[in-house]
Amino acid sequence: MSATPDSLAVPAASAPATARPAELPRSPNVWVAAWKRLRRDRVGVSALVVVSVFLLMVLLSVAGVVAGNWQKEIGEPFAPPTVMGPDAVVQAEVKKIHPPNVDISDIDPLAPYYAEWKRRAADIKTVVEVRRDTLPLGGDRIGRDVLAKAIKGSQVSILVGLFAAALATLIGTFLGALAGYFGGKLDDALEWVYNVFTSVPYILLIFALAAVFKSGPLGKMFSEGIAPIVVILGAVGWTGVYRLVRAEYIKHRSREYVRAAEAIGAGHLSRMFSHILPNISHVVLVQLSLYVVAFIKAEVILSFLGMGVPLDMVSWGTMLAEAQTELVLGKWWQLAVATAFMAVFVTAFALLTDALRDALDPKLR
Amino acid sequence: MASFILRRVLQMIPTLAGVILLIFFLFKFFGGDPAEIIGGLQASAKQVESIRNQLGLNRPVWEQLWIFVRQVATFDWGQSWATRESVSHIFATRLPATLTVMIPILLLEVGLAIVCGMAVAYVRGSLTDRAVMVISTVALSISFLVYVIVGQYVFAFRLGWFPVQGWTNSTLQNLVQYAPLPVLLAVLVSLAPNTRLYRSFFLDEMGHDYVRTARAKGVQEKTILFKHVLRNALIPILTNVATQLPGVFIGSFLIEVFFSIPGLGREVYVAVNRSDYPVIQAVTIYLAVLTMVINLITDLMYKLVDPRVVFK
Repeated sequence: MSATPDSLAVPAASAPATARPAELPRSPNVWVAAWKRLRRDRVGVSALVVVSVFLLMVLLSVAGVVAGNWQKEIGEPFAPPTVMGPDAVVQAEVKKIHPPNVDISDIDPLAPYYAEWKRRAADIKTVVEVRRDTLPLGGDRIGRDVLAKAIKGSQVSILVGLFAAALATLIGTFLGALAGYFGGKLDDALEWVYNVFTSVPYILLIFALAAVFKSGPLGKMFSEGIAPIVVILGAVGWTGVYRLVRAEYIKHRSREYVRAAEAIGAGHLSRMFSHILPNISHVVLVQLSLYVVAFIKAEVILSFLGMGVPLDMVSWGTMLAEAQTELVLGKWWQLAVATAFMAVFVTAFALLTDALRDALDPKLR
Repeated sequence: MASFILRRVLQMIPTLAGVILLIFFLFKFFGGDPAEIIGGLQASAKQVESIRNQLGLNRPVWEQLWIFVRQVATFDWGQSWATRESVSHIFATRLPATLTVMIPILLLEVGLAIVCGMAVAYVRGSLTDRAVMVISTVALSISFLVYVIVGQYVFAFRLGWFPVQGWTNSTLQNLVQYAPLPVLLAVLVSLAPNTRLYRSFFLDEMGHDYVRTARAKGVQEKTILFKHVLRNALIPILTNVATQLPGVFIGSFLIEVFFSIPGLGREVYVAVNRSDYPVIQAVTIYLAVLTMVINLITDLMYKLVDPRVVFK
């Protein structure tokens, strides 16, 4: 990875220069500069690779290429992981020698019917499903493939994290922009809303929303899949990004470039979102990625408690919920797999966030 | 000082009003119909109508809001919809269990975090320091659930050192028999992230000039840490403890659910599953009040810790 450190960053930076050779060399765009710095950070690059692999897996899973059959019971119940070999107890039961049948047809009252039943039974086509003794990473209580479940669970958990983070960031950025840019009465009003939301411990707010979603009309509106939990997390989580964005807008609103934009006739919306927003987007991006990790953890806990994704979906949280009872029976693989998937992704994403923050921090330049 | 407190208390009023409005309208407009929840599936239209009359649901919204405000002010929330237990009784009986678990957790957490944070700050930049940072990053990425599931399985089910779960009416027995495992697990889980956080508190202080001056005049490193740095780091530590305090009253609801501890956190969790609105509303509003009061007390404590702080 470090063999060609600039091969990707250079074309992006020099593209405008080659297209218009007459122009003076431009100072590198903040994102290009950040990308360059990120590439030098070995931990950051490895984290990026891991996160990309996971995101690719999520895409393939959404497209149905992998783990589409996660609900299919392809193995024996609690089929062990392949490395452990088949379950000795189950094998012993299968191999148990059955004593030969004693011929009792002369006293068996049903004997005359057997031939008839056999003929009729032959008309009905049955398929004997061969269930596998072992699965790559084991099977669950009803013989579903834990690997497929983990992939599908990654899809659900990661998508909940991404969408909820996007929603929270969207709400927070919009309200923060309004409050910081306009100030005055609007700012006071939004500060009041902010104080109200932050004075309630966030877990109680989540519980209150979960209760409302459970039995109210909103629950019927957002009954599809991951929508309720995304809305709940987004509605509870916007305060952090609001605080930051508001502070940035207060800093930026009277800067010269904004005044200049005003002078050439840019409206409020244009100044807010096409002039100031790009200049603070790095703050928003870092907050967004912090949210992703936090919301994935929250989703896992809520799904574990049965307040997250619906029953017909699988997430890391529902896997852990099943694993709790399985562990008592000594079936540890589902717990291990769900934990490993989650730990790898969350660690990689957290490291990527750190690297991103370092790369985007203008003070380091 | 008195005028500061008075002003802060006055500032709480609009926020509290906001919380009341938020909770009221959240449940009013987005929640289910209380009469149908109480009536259950078998209730006839007439029964639902009579419940509606009893709860005042047929009155104008403003009158209902007034009923709600009166409930908040008089602590009279009536009965739980699911169990007919009065809500104030639920508070009174569930809170002790929560505090039995949460107070030891908080004390141990803060004590250990100060010790470990200081130790790691003392060896800053060394291999131990980096190892702690890596461990806490990885440890943080594993869900809290996993630690509790595995901890309960290993320490209680397998090794039999503790009961798997349980609770009695005797506080002493709870403390010595049933609380240790939940407390131990919660403290262990929070150890790594807290160490990291407290390390940063101490390191921030160690970069200040007074530390350099103390070193220059030959004060021992230990004395600097315990006398100079620790005292100055109390402000961020205080802030951190204050943000955790409201959580002490709601309890770590996960811990309570796992270990079947009849605390407030578990009660709220159960209430959500039963659509038991009064319990959820009451807990939410009082916890919000408590949070505001704790924030005020924290601000007053800053003065105690650092005499330079001036109230404006």
